Amino acid sequence: MPMKIAKATFATLTILFLVAPLIAILPLAFTSSVILTYPIPSWSLRWFEELFFADAWRRAIVNSLIIGTGTTLLATVLGTAASLGLRNRLIFFRGTIRTLFLLPMVVPAVVLGVGMQVLLAGFGLTNSYLGVIIAHTVVAVPFVIVSVTGALAGIDERVELAAQSLGAAPITVFRRVTLPLAMPGVLSGAVLAFATSLDEVVLTLFVAGPNQRTLARQMFSSIRENISPAIAAAAFLFIAATIAIGLVVVLSRSMLAKRR
Amino acid sequence: MAEFIRFDRISKFYGPLCVVENLDLGIDKGEFVSLLGPSGSGKTTLLMMLAGFEQPTSGNILLDGTAINAVPTHKRDMGVVFQSYALFPHMSVGDNIAFPLQMRGIGKAEIGERVKRALDMVQMSALVDRRPSQLSGGQQQRVALARALVFEPRVVLMDEPLGALDKQLREQMQLDIRDLHRRLGLTIVFVTHDQSEALTMSDRVAVFNKGKIEQIGTPRQVYDEPATRFVAEFIGETNLVEGVVEAVQGQEATVRLPSGAQIVSAVSGTVASGQPVFLSIRPERVDLSETRGEARNVLETEVTDSVYQGDHLRVQLQNATHPLIAKLGRRSREFPPGTKVFAAFSAGDCRVIAP
Repeated sequence: MPMKIAKATFATLTILFLVAPLIAILPLAFTSSVILTYPIPSWSLRWFEELFFADAWRRAIVNSLIIGTGTTLLATVLGTAASLGLRNRLIFFRGTIRTLFLLPMVVPAVVLGVGMQVLLAGFGLTNSYLGVIIAHTVVAVPFVIVSVTGALAGIDERVELAAQSLGAAPITVFRRVTLPLAMPGVLSGAVLAFATSLDEVVLTLFVAGPNQRTLARQMFSSIRENISPAIAAAAFLFIAATIAIGLVVVLSRSMLAKRR
Repeated sequence: MAEFIRFDRISKFYGPLCVVENLDLGIDKGEFVSLLGPSGSGKTTLLMMLAGFEQPTSGNILLDGTAINAVPTHKRDMGVVFQSYALFPHMSVGDNIAFPLQMRGIGKAEIGERVKRALDMVQMSALVDRRPSQLSGGQQQRVALARALVFEPRVVLMDEPLGALDKQLREQMQLDIRDLHRRLGLTIVFVTHDQSEALTMSDRVAVFNKGKIEQIGTPRQVYDEPATRFVAEFIGETNLVEGVVEAVQGQEATVRLPSGAQIVSAVSGTVASGQPVFLSIRPERVDLSETRGEARNVLETEVTDSVYQGDHLRVQLQNATHPLIAKLGRRSREFPPGTKVFAAFSAGDCRVIAP
């Protein structure tokens, strides 16, 4: 019994430790004060207003959506293609190639950022949407690969062979069998790619120009310039979006589980 | 009947590993041929090559006189049934069966009609809207069967299709498939490692061992006239006794056993005088009696054990030099251990096999 209490206490403390920053920032989104500190004099939605109507914040949100959408599309297509390619057992160094694909997950973002800036400058792509989308795609692709590879691994190869024997050309097998079966993995990969892009600051600092300020980047800079509670409102927006995204992932996973 | 499928000197290597070795096999139209052998004997690989999933390293596969090595799977027009059923998990039973018809550009109305008929054929009409995951193994295999037959393929290939089913269901499906084969005049190539399944269902059985066919023939031939020691041991139970050929007279040979007894036996293949050979004696062909009797071949033995097994009585015997098993009909009298008996069998009930 004391052991049980100890375990429960420890778990609660760990969770508190993990969500403490959220508890610190989220209530401030609803303050009526002009500075980002406690105590909260009275409740207000004025900072959400600021977020949606002040030019800088509105642009940042739009930019995040543009870049997030572009990254999601590009990373999902590339990541799915890579996962399909990695299924082929005849590929030499398959394990090594897979590891290379996942490398951006562990390489320090600062290193990637410097490299990315040098590289994109060479193509004249710094300070452009395309440049930021490419940079975000590099870090988003591994998430798509992990998710899609998992879904593909769950497909019985003989189901695809059966489709062939029943008269389906390879492209038809892909369209009617492989892709529908992998779809939950592709979807949750896409969601993760979007989340990655939304959250990404370091690469954005290196490659984005003033016109490509994303929401994350805007928060980062405004916390130094003026500590307005609009940051807290933005953070609230982030959390809401993240929870929504998390729900999509969970739902698509359970869809996958139900099908098996 | 015209030869429909021909494997012409087919070999298959995986790296240095030879899975199928220089194999020739012809299958007639409308024939049910089983490829029978232990796992790793190359039977499934041969089937996969016929389906187009694998390419032979050398040799040709002919269908109706035309080489099909270069024809991709989806154009071969062969229905394949897998042990794992391989149904499309994201489609209903009806959509699974409609799939091959859609691939052939058949109109909606006709597809509906043919799916219905196929479902009737396998008695699954009530479950047309179910997902495969909602079906039992036997039901899934019926759907897989309907899906492989609905487009009237030129050949039906089955890779251990009943292996995952329990015994009773398996025996029922064996009879069902045999019945479909006869009714529809299908050409079926059936891979199995279960010898009784092969004997039950097939017109002919090809016995595989180490990438080669040891023997091909009717179930009666491979059981009664095994050509090799492997076939004799793999199909059914048998007593294998070593001996030396003393004389050959046409289709029969006289073999002297180590105990000195002389046995006259039918011969598989060719043997010469003085050659060491095996005698294969099926246990159910052995008669026991306490008197010597009139039979041509008689061995003096002693009962060491006797087990009642419901449909037969299994008696273990010991001769001077080797053990022997006899399976007696259930009407037979009991033979308690220690009884001295004469084991008798005719020349046609045993086989001389060159080692």
